[in-house]
Amino acid sequence: MKLDVILAGVGGQGVLSVSAVIAGATAHLGWNVKQSEVHGMAQRGGAVLAHLRMADGPVFSDLIPRGSADLILSLEPMESLRYLEYLHPDGTIATDIEPVRNIDDYPALEVLLETIRATGKSILVDATSLARQAGNVKAANMVMVGAVAHLLPVTEAALRSEVETSFGRLGDKVLAANLEAFRLGRSVGVA
Amino acid sequence: MTTTKKTPTRVVLGDEAVALGALHAGISAAYGYPGTPSTEILEYLLRSPEPGLTAAWCANEKTAYEAAVGVSLVGRRSLVTMKHVGLNVAADPFINSALVEIAGGLVVAVADDPGMHSSQNEQDSRYYADFARILCLEPADQQQAYDMTRVAFDLSERFHLPVMIRLVTRLAHSRSVVTPAPPATQLPLGHLPDGSDWTLLPANARRRFADLLQRQPALLAYSESVAALRPASTALGVITTGIARNYFLEHLANLPEAPSHLHIGTYPIPIEAVRKLADHVDRIVVLEDGYPFVERLLRGLLPGPLPIDGKLNGVVPASGELDPDVVRAALHLPDQRPALPPLNLASRPPQLCRGCPHADSFHALIDAMAEMEGPLVCSDIGCYTLGALPPYRAIQSCVCMGASIGMARGASDAGYRPAIAVIGDSTFLHSGMTPLLDAVAADADLTVLILDNHTVAMTGAQPTLVPSERLPEIIRGLGVDPDHLHVLRASRKGEADLIATIKQELEHPGLSVVIAERECIEAVKRDRRGRT
Repeated sequence: MKLDVILAGVGGQGVLSVSAVIAGATAHLGWNVKQSEVHGMAQRGGAVLAHLRMADGPVFSDLIPRGSADLILSLEPMESLRYLEYLHPDGTIATDIEPVRNIDDYPALEVLLETIRATGKSILVDATSLARQAGNVKAANMVMVGAVAHLLPVTEAALRSEVETSFGRLGDKVLAANLEAFRLGRSVGVA
Repeated sequence: MTTTKKTPTRVVLGDEAVALGALHAGISAAYGYPGTPSTEILEYLLRSPEPGLTAAWCANEKTAYEAAVGVSLVGRRSLVTMKHVGLNVAADPFINSALVEIAGGLVVAVADDPGMHSSQNEQDSRYYADFARILCLEPADQQQAYDMTRVAFDLSERFHLPVMIRLVTRLAHSRSVVTPAPPATQLPLGHLPDGSDWTLLPANARRRFADLLQRQPALLAYSESVAALRPASTALGVITTGIARNYFLEHLANLPEAPSHLHIGTYPIPIEAVRKLADHVDRIVVLEDGYPFVERLLRGLLPGPLPIDGKLNGVVPASGELDPDVVRAALHLPDQRPALPPLNLASRPPQLCRGCPHADSFHALIDAMAEMEGPLVCSDIGCYTLGALPPYRAIQSCVCMGASIGMARGASDAGYRPAIAVIGDSTFLHSGMTPLLDAVAADADLTVLILDNHTVAMTGAQPTLVPSERLPEIIRGLGVDPDHLHVLRASRKGEADLIATIKQELEHPGLSVVIAERECIEAVKRDRRGRT
């Protein structure tokens, strides 16, 4: 068993927190995990890509080979397509549909969403709205973790516990919003 | 693996595995200058206070390296960390530290950046280790990063030489499980060594260099002893170094026949192991992240009978980092990349954060230069290098730490006006003070704009060595005329003042320094989070 996930978004959206929550829960399962991150200049409002590899056998490469990712998990619709060459033909794209328009030539959103749907399996979530509903618009990343929870080899409780580990130190209010965001995402994902 | 006692495992970055290895090797001190992808090594140690452990950011890589050498001189273990181009700055103490009689283990952890994710070049630090004639250990994964760092301290004391740990971005910034071994305690303070082994006067240096050359066979014997040769197919031999091993193993099960495999994780290159592989196979593929360091030596100057595939004949791309797909192609496996529909995506380059003080400074600079013909703006290394991109397009150069001031001075000497240098506060403290001293001595006609955001922003808002309030006194101390030194706020509100001052100083036929000051917006946010 293996699960290769491409994580995408824009610098500052919390891509690494998504990776930490999923990787943490999977590592507790006894799986091998490798998580390749981006630090430094690329983080400054630019496109961000992280590779998360999980397997019950050995994981060799830190990077996912193109054409073999099981899931592209994106916090921004255009970014979900940027790394499409990594996706396996049977893979899934899951993305927040709220665009980050910090550039001038952002394409038409409807065209982007149509392209995502046309790739095959897709999970389109209005994660930013759900996060706002949960009490913290920045928790859209945890909505997306909830939305793909059913595709992960771990239990919901294990993921919740990792959300607590990641956000507990930021105070009760931030934690509560992230847990609620996860719950709202979960209800969308299984529907 | 057999363990008598269960050791708790940790999920750490490659960088953090080096830090943990150094901590468990009993270091007494660690120094460095922030630089992607090496920063997280020292950050980890700064977060892990230990009794008797000094961990500190330094002015630059050279001063950091020298401090680490001093720790070794008095018999205790020290780590020094930097990115690949930082080793250029530290090259002087680095090369010369191979000529002294290292006492306490001295390990230099250098993180290379193949693919230039966050760097101006992709130079390969293995050449430096070879140049200095010391051991270089190149881990393939996080566990090896931990284990090799611990071993590196033992080797440093065994051979009385500094030892290099060479990382690349994809290991430095990849997280995985590490099982630590029981930690060692710090070494006691030693007796002072024989001064003639540490004072590189020509007479001593000749003796020390002869001694260094005499130790080379022992270094080679060590690297031979740890080279991993697995003979299999006689048709193909694969040489991997560092993380290239992982990309090769990724594809091993898909190859029709297992190639013979030599993995090199310790340099000097184990010649006997390479010879055994070469004698066994009809063709060799060399896979290494960075420059073709092994491949070039393997080929030599004149072609030998054995076909060698790698970066020098284009089987592996000569630039950029390795990845599973590059290695797949080099192993003649079919392309797995899917055919994609046409995607009309806009590129999203990095940009200055919303509310960044540098944005206000660039707007002011552009406005102040508006009526000038072809102003030259030499810039420097930091977030403000993004001033090269739209909407600013405000800078013409970025070469290396501190180069802005020296280059603007040179252009001014050559007759080009106005010549402007744009440099951040931390970069100024790292390498900008000496060229400013040159400019003072020459009374050069240039304007230096210091973008002071109170932090080392690009690498994650590490503290600068000197609080911003003290910058003016340093600059006055270097001899800049106080009448042409100004400190202004970089903000929308203060924009008119900043524009007027820059304009006035651009017209002044001499040296001026304008400090545009406001704290990094990310640092402000982080401080606020810290308070909740």
